[in-house]
Amino acid sequence: MTDGTATRSAAAASAERRRRRVPYLLLLPGGLWLAFFYILPMLQLAGTSLKSGSFAGGYRFSWEFSNYGAGFSDFSAQFLRSIAYAGLATLITFVIAYPLAYFIAFRGGRYKNLLLVLVIMPFLFPFLLRTLAWKIILADDGFVVDTLKAIGLVSHNGRLLATGTAVVAGIAYNFLPFMTLPLYVSLEKIEPAMVEAAHDLYANPRTAFRKVTFPLSMPGVVAGTLLTLIPAAGDYVNAQLLGTPQQSMIGNVIQSRFLLVLDYPVAAALSFTLMLAILAMIIPYIRFTGTEDLVA
Amino acid sequence: MTTVAPAMRRRGRLAEGVRRHMITFYAVLALAYLMLPVAIVILFSFNDKNGKFNFVWSGFTLKYWKQAFEVPGLLEAFLRSLRIAVFSSFVATILGTLIALALIRYRYRGRAATNIFIFLPMATPEVVMGSSLLALFLTFKIQTGLTTIVIAHILFIISFVVVTVKARLAGFDRHLEEAAMDLYADEWTTFRKVTLPMIMPGVFAAFLLGFALSFDDFIITNFNSGQVVTFPLYIWGAARVGVPPQVNVFATGLFVIAVGLMGLSIWAQRRRS
Repeated sequence: MTDGTATRSAAAASAERRRRRVPYLLLLPGGLWLAFFYILPMLQLAGTSLKSGSFAGGYRFSWEFSNYGAGFSDFSAQFLRSIAYAGLATLITFVIAYPLAYFIAFRGGRYKNLLLVLVIMPFLFPFLLRTLAWKIILADDGFVVDTLKAIGLVSHNGRLLATGTAVVAGIAYNFLPFMTLPLYVSLEKIEPAMVEAAHDLYANPRTAFRKVTFPLSMPGVVAGTLLTLIPAAGDYVNAQLLGTPQQSMIGNVIQSRFLLVLDYPVAAALSFTLMLAILAMIIPYIRFTGTEDLVA
Repeated sequence: MTTVAPAMRRRGRLAEGVRRHMITFYAVLALAYLMLPVAIVILFSFNDKNGKFNFVWSGFTLKYWKQAFEVPGLLEAFLRSLRIAVFSSFVATILGTLIALALIRYRYRGRAATNIFIFLPMATPEVVMGSSLLALFLTFKIQTGLTTIVIAHILFIISFVVVTVKARLAGFDRHLEEAAMDLYADEWTTFRKVTLPMIMPGVFAAFLLGFALSFDDFIITNFNSGQVVTFPLYIWGAARVGVPPQVNVFATGLFVIAVGLMGLSIWAQRRRS
């Protein structure tokens, strides 16, 4: 009798132990992939950034911290331009996306899903083709430039293509859905009763928006901003296709140092610096929202 | 007092009305802005272009649709991208779904760390991810090519799969699994008969998202492709010397197929319910 209970509880204990092992087994394959192809490359990137030598003679690890100084002093303009362009583009996408997301969430009615499909539809076209389309839209003798010239926003012999304006417009366009979708998700979650309650308490529409709707949409604002700002800061396609070397961003430098100049250490130092800058931006966000919301 | 209140309310209603229409107008403008480049891409597949570049509208033609497959290398690049996308997304969907299951069904030590670990790749700019992988391949003298492209694609898709499957399972009712166990189903049977059918729509959505991300990826692929040319890399190379309108034909064709499939699935759903 006591023997039976003992065996049973032993069996239960081993089943329990097996159950406790299950989540780790589930994590193992994907975790290994991430460890080998995310964490290890990051370490290699950091390692490469501390190498010295030349492409012909080979690069050797030597704690060469001067790569960071060299990278920063040679390419500070591109770094600052990346921050400025990415920040500006994020602001523009926010101004365009918030009312759009608001409209879909609160006035979309039965067309909500159709409108959402329209928002993500551009993704069904290759990113590079969409960017090249801006080259056609902003062309020197095109409709847009002619109109802006007529109302005096562009000077008589001015142009948009091959300027910072074109690059910022291209970036803002490309990441608009990244901003719109998280904003929509958080606006859609807001109970209409909350806003009605504000109205019942004599808040005018503007106050109700400022005190109730907007604060409740904050998770979407933060997520949308990060989802736009991070890829925008590293983008080099828009600067390459819509700008000139005068508009080149840090991404342009990293890719040309890596793939054309073959100056791996400085390229790696610049790339690693960009990663650290992004992390510095994200950590307060993690503190603000907690880890659970990150992946939801 | 009594006369002021209705007047105020009327003015409030008027402001509300203006706001309502303004936001409609604004939303239409924003959507038009989103659609404009897409319309240009479609339109310029019919452009009877002059010279190398397809940037100026110079008349309608069906020529490039008829000669869609006659550009050397384009079809190959397109098909290669399709194969890479199907394979990478398939593998990443399996790896990511397993992680999502661990996150949803179990409370274990290291959950918070898992969340951060999944989030990090999504928060990494593509140039950094692409260049770090290249640094790895260079250090270990691994020749870049098809294999390294697939390795990179699987990597950046995994996180998106986890997020998508997890979002789908947020409202997941654990009681259903417990009910199955009470009815003497073992863990594997419970998983197969209860859990899997519930997560399947999420898994399928994750696969499609992964496919789209892989098919359209340029930046990470550019770092790790070696001599291999994918569809986005083909466009990038062609951009310097003039993109043939057939590229627009391929993009439009793919779009039509995607919208067709989407319409079909909505129609099928409507019919079922």
